[in-house]
Amino acid sequence: MLAFTLRRAIQAIGVMIAVGIISFSMFRFAGDPVNQMVGMDTSGAERAAIRKSLGLDDPFIVQFGRYVGNAAQFKFGVSYQFRLPVSDLLMERMPATLELAICATIFAMISGILMGVYSALRRDSWLAHIFQAVSLIGISLPTFLIGILMIYLFSVTLGWLPSFGRGDVVHIGWWTTGLLTLSGLKALIMPSITLGLFQMTLIMRLVRAEMLEVLRTDYIRFARARGLTTRAIHFGHALRNTLVPVITVAGLQFGSVIAFAIITETVFQWPGMGLLFVQAVQNVDIPIMAAYLMMVSLIFVTINLVVDILYTIVDPRLRSTVSRAH
Amino acid sequence: MSEAVVSHPTEKRPAAAPGWFRRALDSDLFYSFRRSKITMIAAGVTLLFFLIAIFASVLSVQNPFDPAQLQLMNSRISPLWTADGQSPFLLGTDEQGRDVLSAILYGLRISLLVGVLGVVLSGAIGILLGLTAGYFGGAVDGLIMRIADVQLSFPAILIALLINGIAKSVFGNKLDEMSMLAVLVFAIGLSFWVQYARTVRGSVLVEKNKDYVAAAQLIGLPAPVIMLRHVLPNTTGPILVIATINLALAIITEATLSFLGSGMPETMPSLGTLIRIGNGYLFAGEWWIVAFPGIALAALILSINLLGDWLRDALNPKLR
Repeated sequence: MLAFTLRRAIQAIGVMIAVGIISFSMFRFAGDPVNQMVGMDTSGAERAAIRKSLGLDDPFIVQFGRYVGNAAQFKFGVSYQFRLPVSDLLMERMPATLELAICATIFAMISGILMGVYSALRRDSWLAHIFQAVSLIGISLPTFLIGILMIYLFSVTLGWLPSFGRGDVVHIGWWTTGLLTLSGLKALIMPSITLGLFQMTLIMRLVRAEMLEVLRTDYIRFARARGLTTRAIHFGHALRNTLVPVITVAGLQFGSVIAFAIITETVFQWPGMGLLFVQAVQNVDIPIMAAYLMMVSLIFVTINLVVDILYTIVDPRLRSTVSRAH
Repeated sequence: MSEAVVSHPTEKRPAAAPGWFRRALDSDLFYSFRRSKITMIAAGVTLLFFLIAIFASVLSVQNPFDPAQLQLMNSRISPLWTADGQSPFLLGTDEQGRDVLSAILYGLRISLLVGVLGVVLSGAIGILLGLTAGYFGGAVDGLIMRIADVQLSFPAILIALLINGIAKSVFGNKLDEMSMLAVLVFAIGLSFWVQYARTVRGSVLVEKNKDYVAAAQLIGLPAPVIMLRHVLPNTTGPILVIATINLALAIITEATLSFLGSGMPETMPSLGTLIRIGNGYLFAGEWWIVAFPGIALAALILSINLLGDWLRDALNPKLR
């Protein structure tokens, strides 16, 4: 168990080092940082002085070490376009993205589980067929098209919901939240649904498949034989056993939700990290790109690590196969 | 499964097997195709999209990206069936007097081109790495599969965006259209190779212990020949399924990148770029500029996905 955890942790650190090297190389080899900072009329000697003061003449490994050291202290340099520290920009935008991602995940879990349970229990009803069709569309339609469609329906035609931004936000310390104002909540609805639709499809299909499988098992048959009510069997026995994989998938997907928020945030002009990243890619703002990459990777790696470790704690069978395999 | 795999070489060499067309018609694959109406429709729609993309210049009323052919007099005309519609602009025109239908036809061409080339590139990378990893095993296998594992945990769109950003910073922000297309193909190719590599590696691990590989090794064939000519043909089925599903994914990825402004420029737009342009006119009430490219993209992806789903089930011996 300890060996397994350690090995996973070492693997996670390896991934982070690889990501660090990639994001560092972006700085080092993609364009000359001095050129980005100075004007056309700067002389060669002045450029050399700047290079020296920035430590760009040091060997690769020294520079890399310094870069990692700075990143660990959350120092990612200064944005080329905003002339502000990247860490400040990211911190300012992080609450918006996290709030959106969490709301999207909650929406996806609730509606995905409801739809999945329904279409497993009433497999041949017309509503179940509609759910199946919706799930096919949810996979086939690109996120940005769904967003545009919703904007056209609910903002342009009906005028019910705002088409962009976060609405009014409330500051709680450094955190900003839109959950406490009406306009903030209204602004949250469409982006959350757009972002959560893909996960909803995934969860619905998973719940449906798991439920159908569980309903065929012997212990369900035994529960029926004992004369338990259908409701108790379906929700007390069957659903509860399908929830472990569902929560795992939802947890593992949380990282992708944050990454996919890039698209949703662009459609709805949501002031989060994803929008910042897209603008950085367009304007070749390497410090922001590198910092975003590091942050998202850290989130991914941490989630994967935690899920892996939790899995072995929750499921003893897995523990034995792990130790047997090695 | 075996029937499907056997029928492929015969299609390529009609001379060697005189009745190849007959045999293709008699195959299990074609039988299951004939039995599924929705698959036949999807195949028809996909084929139609490819055809109109190829013959875009013949079918459209103007070359939508030649400024000399655009007239501002014709701007913002709504579709033909609405009150203000004007012939020959079936789906209306945009701000610059560009025919929306013509723009879709030309954009479809770019989307399909990037999608197909991206799938070919990712397939080539994935198959090559998968073959190498599976055939040689050991440290090479470990290294390739580690990289694959790491990459798989990141969404492809993020990797594609990143490659795009790096390419821009290396080559400068203003790339011309053709090099932008190449960058997109490259970004998609590098984002989607993992699934091929894993599948091919799995198949190779099974195949390489079979007698025919031992026989090939015994007569002294070099490893690359054995891998490409003997092992690879036996992995065709799964590769075909992945390629079909990945074509839809590649088209979505290209459209998304273009929509985000990191893809095809407005001077040579794909469907994603057209949607990006049209999105700006949504609030002005000119819904047709964004709606029709969107419908075209959705229909294309849906039919390719349906085709991929069918192919996966049809080639899966367990579902027979």
